[in-house]
Amino acid sequence: MAEENADRTVARSWLLLVVVTVLVGLVGFVAIFILGAQITEHDPTETFFEASDVFVQPDAEWNTTIFVSKSPETREIRRLTWLVVLISVGIFVVVEGLLVFAMIRYRRKNAETTGEPVQMYGSNPVELAWTVIPILIVVTLCLATVRTIHSVQPTAGERPENSLTVEVIGHRWWWEFRIPEYDVVTANELVVPVQRPIWLELGSADVIHSFWVPELQGKMDAIPVKTNYWQFTADEVGTYLGQCAEYCGTQHANMLIRIDVKDEADFKTWATNQALPAPNETTPSAVNGRKVFLEYACQNCHGVAGLSDGNFAPDLTHLMSRTLIAGGMLPNTIDNLKAWVENPQAIKPGCDMPALQLSKSEIEDVVSFLATLK
Amino acid sequence: MTVLPRTSTAKPEPSRPGVLERVHEWVVTIDHKRLGILYISAGILFFLVGGIEAGVIRYQLAYAANPTIDPVTFNQMFTMHGTTMVFLVGMPVLLGFGNYLTPLMIGTRDMAFPRLNAWGFWVFLFGGLLLYYSFIGSSGLYGAPGAPDVGWFAYSPLTTRAFNRGNNVDYWTLGILVSGFGSMATGINLVVTILCLRCKGMKLMRMPIMVWSMLVTGFLVMIALPVLTAAQVMLLFDRFLGAHFFDPQLEGSVLLWQHLFWFFGHPEVYILIIPAFGFISEIIPVFSRKVIFGYTMMVVALVWIAFQSMGVWAHHMFAVGLPPSLNAFFAASTFLIAVPTGIKIFNWIGTIWGGRIIYKTPMLFALGFVGMFVIGGLTGIMLATVPFDWDVSDSYFVVGHFHYVLFGGTLFAIFGAIYYWFPKMSGKMLSEKLGKLHFWVLFIGFNLTFAPMHVSGMLGMPRRIYTYAPDRGLDIWNLLSSIGYGVQFIAILIFVWNILHSLRKGEDAGDDPWDAWTLEWATTSPPKSWNFNPLPVVKSRRPLWDAKHPEDPDHEYE
Repeated sequence: MAEENADRTVARSWLLLVVVTVLVGLVGFVAIFILGAQITEHDPTETFFEASDVFVQPDAEWNTTIFVSKSPETREIRRLTWLVVLISVGIFVVVEGLLVFAMIRYRRKNAETTGEPVQMYGSNPVELAWTVIPILIVVTLCLATVRTIHSVQPTAGERPENSLTVEVIGHRWWWEFRIPEYDVVTANELVVPVQRPIWLELGSADVIHSFWVPELQGKMDAIPVKTNYWQFTADEVGTYLGQCAEYCGTQHANMLIRIDVKDEADFKTWATNQALPAPNETTPSAVNGRKVFLEYACQNCHGVAGLSDGNFAPDLTHLMSRTLIAGGMLPNTIDNLKAWVENPQAIKPGCDMPALQLSKSEIEDVVSFLATLK
Repeated sequence: MTVLPRTSTAKPEPSRPGVLERVHEWVVTIDHKRLGILYISAGILFFLVGGIEAGVIRYQLAYAANPTIDPVTFNQMFTMHGTTMVFLVGMPVLLGFGNYLTPLMIGTRDMAFPRLNAWGFWVFLFGGLLLYYSFIGSSGLYGAPGAPDVGWFAYSPLTTRAFNRGNNVDYWTLGILVSGFGSMATGINLVVTILCLRCKGMKLMRMPIMVWSMLVTGFLVMIALPVLTAAQVMLLFDRFLGAHFFDPQLEGSVLLWQHLFWFFGHPEVYILIIPAFGFISEIIPVFSRKVIFGYTMMVVALVWIAFQSMGVWAHHMFAVGLPPSLNAFFAASTFLIAVPTGIKIFNWIGTIWGGRIIYKTPMLFALGFVGMFVIGGLTGIMLATVPFDWDVSDSYFVVGHFHYVLFGGTLFAIFGAIYYWFPKMSGKMLSEKLGKLHFWVLFIGFNLTFAPMHVSGMLGMPRRIYTYAPDRGLDIWNLLSSIGYGVQFIAILIFVWNILHSLRKGEDAGDDPWDAWTLEWATTSPPKSWNFNPLPVVKSRRPLWDAKHPEDPDHEYE
């Protein structure tokens, strides 16, 4: 009698397991197919999320979310992301659903119950099923991943014909950008033309950094004595922000990137101006400031075209064309420049620029010299 | 009122040895049980220190542009937190349980090499103390930080003299090198013990899954740790002897360090999770009152995971510019490792399916483990998708991911194991009431801390930044994480109180408080130094089931 009961319990719990798995699995697969079709059509962020969603901060000055895609490369990446997210959510629902269901269904209802439940040692068909199904999912994921890797990741020889080459060099803790085509050398803030492939050649002057502007492209490391190639094409005019993503020392947090995407004409104007040498202002204060710049250590590290060729620190030839200073920490204003020249260590402790102990009037002069570097 | 004179005929009680004698006993001990307890206790102490370091991190990041902690201190905190939790908490506690339980579970008297065992523990402990001495010993040189501030994987060339003044990296290297020797000794010891000292009838396929997981871990330690040791020695050569293994200026390779480190580092992740699989595979059957489902596949999956864990390391390096074909290979191998992991999860669910679940504290932690580990595993699959990894690698998404694996996974399993085996180790029960409170508070705090990290990562927050601008939309997520830390802190206080309280006033446990089936419950609590007399003989995977159910013994079905 007891034996018969036991058999029935086993049979019933097996039936339940099979039915629940099939049902949840079916719902999951239907969802994946319906939503999967959506994904191959377009990026669900465009349809599913409104701009007011928590994941996109419309008012944030600093929008670095991966939920906004402003280049074909990011759209490609995020289509795959959504597929993977969906599959993961499907598996999550099935597994956690089974777990929670079993936890509730098979709790000991009565503390006085004696005797043990029926012992089930395993089942080859069931175990085979939950080996084979994950393998199928894995194969699907692999194929999708390999396809996207090959379409997004460029290799050395794949530079597009019409692209603009930008050399990106990581420094502790700022970025150097060079555009050989226009003879441009600048720091932290880059201007690029819209809808033209930008070909990045990444390197580093010291330790490993990582170039990350989430709305335009995924991240790629900048490594000493190794050139990495990376590429993006910006869809729209605008400002895109990012920062170093590989821990590079004390001020890793303050190594920010700003990319201004402009139309071709504006870009050319900017690039032509950047390529000019520093203007020769003749106000007494600026002349004095230039003297201070050349006589103290400044020129050893900072380059100013036509004046000095230091390259350990950001090139200052067109300093005033930038929005921010100190690796993106402060707005580029006269007061901030003064505070920075007086004691950089108070603002960005650990950075390589020393406080030169300049007198008040020397600081005034140097900053009025800097202010001429438009 | 009469005062009865004491009878002088009774034998005088043997006087309890003094404190110094007892400390001396623990220092010179070569008993695997005492060494196991020493490992676990040292691990818990380091855990408290590492937890406080995490508190400094969460305090600094609680709101944008927090001026409290200076960048160097912050960088030291995350470096020491990571290094401590991996090398001085995860490994010793897990290997400590392995030490304590393996001989008991396979029915023998001690580990194969008891003296090596003791050496391993003391080497580990002093390695850890050496690392922490860096706070004092390495400071002094102007501008040079005391404790290491290079991150727990210390990417070259950040560790070269040019970019790192002072000696903190030397403390980091030597501390890990020294404690690594202890781990290797324990790995070898586990493998030899399990292969050579099983009691009569304990065939390999009759060993508890826990012992299998220790065997597999032992092999992984023996294979992975020497690679790390070699890398650390090369780094020492670079720093002291003018070698240039990792120096890019002189044709060294900075990526060589990453390859060596992660060739150790990824198996290391499995060294930290496979013993946890073992704990769970013991706890879930006992509290479901059912035999483990699919024993053979559980063993196969363990060995499969171990082999494959050695071929996935470059998924930590998808953003270093490997060729697309290599990226694709490591994505595929990483996806594939999800299959055996999935088998284990399904088999645990199969075990509770049709059971009669008793919700004692160890079971809560075990089921919490399964639930949380699934989340960590799924975000792991997402991260294996190379293009998505370009988006979120080195961001807080990754931080969230590995805390779901190592905290929601390993640490929950460790707590489960402590609640489950504490009665055996001490002879006292831990308080169920405090235990359940501990679980729920920790569970809520854990999710509150680490779930928002996925979001802040996707919003563009890189890991290891000491500050962030206020207008980025990151504030709320970081604040939630920091509040979650506070909740977890309370949970850990409850846990510590539970241990201290129960050690003095806990109920007596008896030999077999959970009505369990493996051999450690067949002896006294705590076991005598010789474990068993006579040594047991087994006929099946659950010797105590056979003893309790002579009418329906296991060996008829295996």
